[in-house]
Amino acid sequence: MQERGRDDLTSVGGPVLSAVEGTRALLRNNALNITTFIIVSLIKTVLALFVLLTAVAYTVWLERKVVGHMQNRWGPTRVGPFGLLQPLADGVKFLFKEDLTPPHVYKPLYIAAPMIAVIFALTSIAVIPVGNSITLGSLHIPLQITDVNIGLLIILGVTSLGVYGVALAGWSSNSKYSLLGGLRASAQMISYEISLGLSLVGVLMLTGSFSLRDIVDTQGGTFWGFIPRWNIFYGGQFIAFFIYLISAYAETNRIPFDLPEAETELVAGYHTEYSAMKFAMFFMAEYANMITVAAVASLLFLGGWHGPVVGPPILRALLPVFWFVLRIFGFLFVYIWVRGTLPRFRYDQLMAFGWKFLLPLAIANLLVTALVVALRA
Amino acid sequence: MTHLIIFLFFGALCLAGAVNLLVQRHPINSALSLVVVMGSLAVEYLLLGAEFVAAVQVIVYAGAVMVLFVFVIMLLNAGEEVRTKGSRVAMLFGIPGMLVGSALVGWVLIERTGSQTVAAGALPGAPRTIGWLLFHNFLLPFEVTSILVLIAIMGAVVLASHPDTDSGKKKS
Repeated sequence: MQERGRDDLTSVGGPVLSAVEGTRALLRNNALNITTFIIVSLIKTVLALFVLLTAVAYTVWLERKVVGHMQNRWGPTRVGPFGLLQPLADGVKFLFKEDLTPPHVYKPLYIAAPMIAVIFALTSIAVIPVGNSITLGSLHIPLQITDVNIGLLIILGVTSLGVYGVALAGWSSNSKYSLLGGLRASAQMISYEISLGLSLVGVLMLTGSFSLRDIVDTQGGTFWGFIPRWNIFYGGQFIAFFIYLISAYAETNRIPFDLPEAETELVAGYHTEYSAMKFAMFFMAEYANMITVAAVASLLFLGGWHGPVVGPPILRALLPVFWFVLRIFGFLFVYIWVRGTLPRFRYDQLMAFGWKFLLPLAIANLLVTALVVALRA
Repeated sequence: MTHLIIFLFFGALCLAGAVNLLVQRHPINSALSLVVVMGSLAVEYLLLGAEFVAAVQVIVYAGAVMVLFVFVIMLLNAGEEVRTKGSRVAMLFGIPGMLVGSALVGWVLIERTGSQTVAAGALPGAPRTIGWLLFHNFLLPFEVTSILVLIAIMGAVVLASHPDTDSGKKKS
């Protein structure tokens, strides 16, 4: 029995098993028992979710503040200094608002839709690494909930399932505005997912791995003396980077691609009929998706957590996390900046742009990258 | 042991989804049941070590094909199906045909493999292996399939475009 188990493990390729194997290696190296491992994983999960949800709440605050200043207003100022407690007040408000269920909705899906949206939005954080690892005593903890060798594919898969939340919300609300919003969302997200996926393939070809940690590790160091070896520079993936960024805006339904909730024509689009916490769940899903997109862009194109690291060991472990968060913050700021600047696309423009411009450009980028990789090899 | 439990759980979920797909009267519910089937299949692939196939199963089937199904159902606003007693032909030929077919498949599987079982994770399923197989051993079938898909796409474009109304300037 023992022998058999060993055999199974040596021939593995699957992530479930590689996770098992990784766990065993971790346990061996640290002489830990399984209980410690479970406790560490639980703490990591809870911590990651807590940080993510707080970040979501404060991204909303950031957006209101930044857009406010861009439009010559103050944004939230009343609750706490600089309105910093506004997210808390909003949360309490969402909890105590009346939870309306309009008549004639298809109840099972009407209730499930916001949950689907928020669950898939929060799942991706499980495979996103935020830094190298920290050592506590004899404990060596990677700063990631779980490291699977198809991390990027898992993120793509989970995001592609997120569209069900929006589509089903639109359909089950039994309202014309919601239905139109849901239809637009599903068509738009499917169209832009293709160029989004293709823009990532270049990076994958350069790295030769789906593991996010491997992808970041190959981007360490500099070339020509001072330029960081990030994929956007060294791999020449800057076109891919912009394709990714644009498609990601469309995937997260943000301006200038916010047609699914275009308030001037569709009231609020797919979440017109939602109130209280169910509405807040869509809100959370949208902002969590923004953070995921920013994290993936940083990991794949901007060198993840690489940056100058100095000082005592604890600072050396935590500074990379800071650099990573800084990149995410930069992306979120650009998101908000774009929101404050650009008008919305017309629907035919949206489709024409996605299919006739972004997709061919992504394919061309892919071909050129493949050629470069082949010549280098 | 853990593998067996996971396998049995998702196998059961897959079957339940498939049965529910047939039982449900509303097309949306049926489509969502199919998503469940696809998802559980993906987990079974993961257990076999075919991680790439599993991911593609989720991204392509659950995330794209089924979204289009749901899209079409929403667009047509298809209502609940009326339950009929079923045609006599289906009763006469369908059920025996299904029984014979599944017996045949089961027999072939048992004949070919006997009592051998595949250890979990034993199949080569890494993206690199799949890519190598696709572009070396199975290059011709792969390319033929791509041409088939291309033909299907062109067919769809031809069917969807209206040459007599679209050719000149746009109306309105």
